[in-house]
Amino acid sequence: MAVVEARNLRKTYRNTVALDGVDLTIGEGRIVGLLGPNGAGKSTALQAILGLVSHEGELRVLGRDPWRQRGELMDEVCFIADVAVLPRWMRVRQALDYMAGVHPRFDRARAEGFLARTTIGRDSLVRELSKGMVTQLHLALVMAIDARLLVLDEPTLGLDLLYRKSFFDALLSDYVDHSRTIILSTHDIHEIQHVLTDVIFLDRGRVALGATMEEIEARFVEVLTVEDRLVAARALKPVSERRMFGRTSLLFDGVERELLAPLGDLRTPSLADLFVALLGDNGPREAAA
Amino acid sequence: MNSERLPRLFRTFAWQVRRELWEHRALWIAPLAVAAFAMLVQLGAALTASDAGRAAALANPAGAREFQVLYSAMIGSIVIAGLLVGVLYSLDALQGERRDRSILFWKSLPVSDGMTVLSKAAVPLVVVPLIVFPIVVVSTLVMMGLQSLVWSLDGFDPAQLWARVDLPFLWLALLYGMPFMALWNAPLYAWILLASAWSRRLAFLWAAAPFAAILMVEHLALHHTPAHWLLERRIGGGVLQPYSANGEGMVWIERLSDLDPARLWSLPGLWAGVLLAGLFLYAAIRIRRSRTPN
Repeated sequence: MAVVEARNLRKTYRNTVALDGVDLTIGEGRIVGLLGPNGAGKSTALQAILGLVSHEGELRVLGRDPWRQRGELMDEVCFIADVAVLPRWMRVRQALDYMAGVHPRFDRARAEGFLARTTIGRDSLVRELSKGMVTQLHLALVMAIDARLLVLDEPTLGLDLLYRKSFFDALLSDYVDHSRTIILSTHDIHEIQHVLTDVIFLDRGRVALGATMEEIEARFVEVLTVEDRLVAARALKPVSERRMFGRTSLLFDGVERELLAPLGDLRTPSLADLFVALLGDNGPREAAA
Repeated sequence: MNSERLPRLFRTFAWQVRRELWEHRALWIAPLAVAAFAMLVQLGAALTASDAGRAAALANPAGAREFQVLYSAMIGSIVIAGLLVGVLYSLDALQGERRDRSILFWKSLPVSDGMTVLSKAAVPLVVVPLIVFPIVVVSTLVMMGLQSLVWSLDGFDPAQLWARVDLPFLWLALLYGMPFMALWNAPLYAWILLASAWSRRLAFLWAAAPFAAILMVEHLALHHTPAHWLLERRIGGGVLQPYSANGEGMVWIERLSDLDPARLWSLPGLWAGVLLAGLFLYAAIRIRRSRTPN
């Protein structure tokens, strides 16, 4: 059974279409990056998966309808939706007590273990902690939950580089195993690239690209070419083209490397390159999946 | 419903209530503060009372209840503190979590919107009375002790005081009225919770505006004022119904035999109100489900 299964998922807010027929299948154990420009529908998609907003179309998360069964679903799903949502009046000790009280899959000793690596005091109020420490606390609480699906919506927004790095390091070393699925959205693409097994590019409420990292490596090639070979390169129908330092970078989707090799230097594009190429101003901005 | 589901529901409910008490400490501090203040006032009065005045009060058979009335007033002030702190709590209960965005944390936990709203409704209706009652018992008892001490120092027999203030009756009467009061006031609190779930800010205005509008129209354009009458009966009824003869507020009850539970619990207005409270809470649950931070 897929962890997330969406068919023709749609969501409209008054005059704006946030999700315009999204199809998704996310299997167990995948680490999926949900990427896209501002307003592409990332947060709406994640909120629909978490049962925070209503939706049209079919959506099942762990076999449940998240909108009608959020309470039950949260036994097996946990999320950090943007930083600084922990109640500011709460003490760290109270947060641990409360989580242990209401969450059947919360392992208090685990949470204490994570907190022991930080300088967060048990009697501190959340409002007294720095933004980075609040995120550490939230992550400690969430990682102590034996969940099947973890959703992170811009979890490191507003954190400095060191906290961002330690956030993802902690997540990777202590949380990831083959039965846990993680969906995360972030703007810091280069920081999470090595973590992901799958990516989904959303653009204007639609899936612009959905593929595993292996597929992406196999499919996309970037060619750096010079003026005299440009016409030949363009004949192979690049999906995007941009000029840099007197050379032209062309991105190809599904073209044999042997055909491209004579045209210039080949390299595998990073996710950030792909993002710009597919969703930027010079890209195709159409379904490539 | 399988065997482990029910205990878990109770446990979650208990933790929900507990967390409300962590967040809103005024729920117990306010009645406690009012009790302390009432004791100070009463102690001051006892200390400054003249021997002659006290002797006269004791000698007057008509003034036999005079001392008890002071204790009733003290209890009344603590109860009212509880009712008011419940109103303030309810105004914030479903709005504050959106203002500080913590709703995203609460919703990430396996606690349904129904559980959340019902546990918040239980705070003014069940938890505050459970806080108020022991405060009343202890503070009146301590006060009687202090007053007995003052009397003995002034050369009066404290037994005279205890003969005139029937504490067990006052406690029992409070115990008798409290469940009724909770159910009678339930539509008011449920309405405020609904306004709190509905409004982005100024929940008080949203809660009060419809009534203000109806009352205004009624007073300006109609010759009779049924809504005004209903609202007045509802707000005053929590005290008038259990503690005055026929709930009319003319004659106050003075002994246990004056209590009339059969009349009290068969008031149609009570059960109509409970039904209305249920509708308001259902609406609040539905609204809370679709709420994200402001």
